Amino acid sequence: MTSAPATAPPGVPTDDADPFAPDVLEDPLPLHARLRDAGPVVYLSRYDVYAFARYEQVNAALTNWQGFESGAGVGLSNFRHEKPWRPPSLLLEADPPRHDAPRRVLSGIVGARALRTLRERWAAAAEDLVDQVLAGGSTELDAVPALAQAFPLRVFPDAVGLPPEGRENLLPYGDHAFNAFGPSNDLVAKGAPRVAELSAWVNARCAREELAPDRFGARIWGAADRGEITYEQAPLVVRSLLTAGVDTTVHGLGAVLYAFATHPEHWARLRSDPRLARVAFDEAVRWESPVQTFFRTATTDVAITDGVEVPAGRKILMFLAAANRDPRRWTDPDAFDLSRDPSGHVGFGMGIHQCVGQHVARLEAEALLTALARRVATIELAGPTRRHHNNTLRAWESLPMRLREA
Amino acid sequence: MNGAVPANVVSLEVVTKTREADGVVSLMLARPDGRRLPDWTPGAHIDVVLPTGITRQYSLCGDRFDAHAYRVGVLREPDGRGGSAYVHDVLAPGDVIGVGGPRNNFPLVPSTSYLFVAGGIGITPLLPMIHQADLLGADWRLLYGGRARESMAFRDELSAYGDRVRVVPQDERGLLDLAAFLGAPRPGVKVYCCGPPPLLAAMERACAAWPPYTLHLERFVAKEQGAPARSGPFAVELARAGVVVDVPPHLSVLDAVRAAGVDVLSSCRQGTCGTCETTVLAGRPDHRDSILADHERAAGDCMFPCVSRSCDDRLVLDL
Repeated sequence: MTSAPATAPPGVPTDDADPFAPDVLEDPLPLHARLRDAGPVVYLSRYDVYAFARYEQVNAALTNWQGFESGAGVGLSNFRHEKPWRPPSLLLEADPPRHDAPRRVLSGIVGARALRTLRERWAAAAEDLVDQVLAGGSTELDAVPALAQAFPLRVFPDAVGLPPEGRENLLPYGDHAFNAFGPSNDLVAKGAPRVAELSAWVNARCAREELAPDRFGARIWGAADRGEITYEQAPLVVRSLLTAGVDTTVHGLGAVLYAFATHPEHWARLRSDPRLARVAFDEAVRWESPVQTFFRTATTDVAITDGVEVPAGRKILMFLAAANRDPRRWTDPDAFDLSRDPSGHVGFGMGIHQCVGQHVARLEAEALLTALARRVATIELAGPTRRHHNNTLRAWESLPMRLREA
Repeated sequence: MNGAVPANVVSLEVVTKTREADGVVSLMLARPDGRRLPDWTPGAHIDVVLPTGITRQYSLCGDRFDAHAYRVGVLREPDGRGGSAYVHDVLAPGDVIGVGGPRNNFPLVPSTSYLFVAGGIGITPLLPMIHQADLLGADWRLLYGGRARESMAFRDELSAYGDRVRVVPQDERGLLDLAAFLGAPRPGVKVYCCGPPPLLAAMERACAAWPPYTLHLERFVAKEQGAPARSGPFAVELARAGVVVDVPPHLSVLDAVRAAGVDVLSSCRQGTCGTCETTVLAGRPDHRDSILADHERAAGDCMFPCVSRSCDDRLVLDL
């Protein structure tokens, strides 16, 4: 932490909220509304950070990599003063120029154009999964393990080229990595006992000999053969895929399934026009924001608005979720609405660090939703839902659902 | 200024025009509203749509840490088709030009040791690379050749780097001695060269015995793009929806299609993220994105409607 006194600079409203407290993680919407209404920038005294909750300021901070760096960490911890819990990410926790080469390589491998060859394979995999789930007509299930987790775990590790054993480590590893962006609270403590074991497993999977040929992982190593990244960078670029590529997609799928279960009229629309699958997924990412928050660090005094500056070296906290429901940007923002154009939401971030795997997530969602829409007439909640708490992610632990076959 | 620049191609204002050397001017470009420009990396170029309808590609040679200005260097090419002559003789501060991209087909790969070789205006893409190599503390050297000292741009900027830079005007010191500059083949060195075709050919020969992927080249002979950017409207046929949409100059294809009630998901609206990729069934797209490589552009089977337009009167999309 900086040694600066934890008092608000003049002209900046103060809030003593804890965005990582259990009651906020259970329902962050009231805090988000309060912070948006308090002003374009709010000082969070509890953590000595400057918070942005409005779309305009969040979008501007995300795109301003010159003024707000990622290399000091995108969590609360400042890597300039504290040792990171693992070697920093070459993508998420790096700035230009070091960020350039890993980003270029990975966006080439998991970009929209590179994924065309996977489209049919994933569509078939989604149909298989839905057939299994529906075996025997109408069914009740927990959509979190049965669909939201099952589908990414069926297709993504294969696409990376991971060996079959040990894949159950991916979700808890990612869960801890996203908790670690927050303060050192109970959620971090809960994951601590397994950190060494999970990290060892993940790091070992990044080695070249572990990865099946011609999949994402092997292609990252192939880029190192051509000198596009160094051999030292290759395993860490693979690690980025494994850290950020599973939990996020699982929770995005959970969000869109919950949205449809609670909006039957939109399920009917999707069934009549399956091409809405992509819009539906992005609207769910806007509405639910599986990734709620990220931090940055000011590289210089950055002017935010009339006379208010974030001082150099200080952390900012960007509420992506609050920006995605800012009524200054969105009409009727709390509504999940397939008629709206969700383009421009910041659920995947924005700018040079915008989610490099967003096209993978969209393709997975499109495959699963299309397969479900073909076979399932109605989808509804069949019991009490339960949230999964994470310092960074908005997620479901349990979504009991009833699917009625068409 | 008869600025008929379509609203969706970024319209940039010429802020300054500076004589850098005999036959070379640099332009500083910025958005008229002062907002951020799309991000870029060393080696990137932009497509410049001149008011005459000619499109030319120029390497970005400014400071990427300044998000509000692009700099390009333009050599007067007497036997060109008039693009460079227009820039030198007509274009003035305050004028607005259309810009597509930036795109990078000449990226700087990571290394602890670089050798840069520039011929004439080929210095432009290397300037930001040198800045970056220096910033990262890499070991680097530059060999800079040109016809005559007065024709070699940006020598003042380069003088700050001291003896890492060797300036070799041909009329004083003859041709570049590439073999002496490169030395014995060794691993771990990346060689970057931009300049006229004979220099590139000589570099390929000089690096023949070096490890694979050592040499990175860019031909700065700008390709004249086949079709001029259209200033008038065109039609987009949406094959699946069975609709024909007219796209006027002030609208992007994306906005025109959405206005017709057909959903296309987009995100960045700058041609950088790839979200709105659309399959082209017929007609030639006028690419203005930062995503496609040259061979993908030539294939013409997809486009990014947030920024790209049409070369033909009619474009058929799989929407």
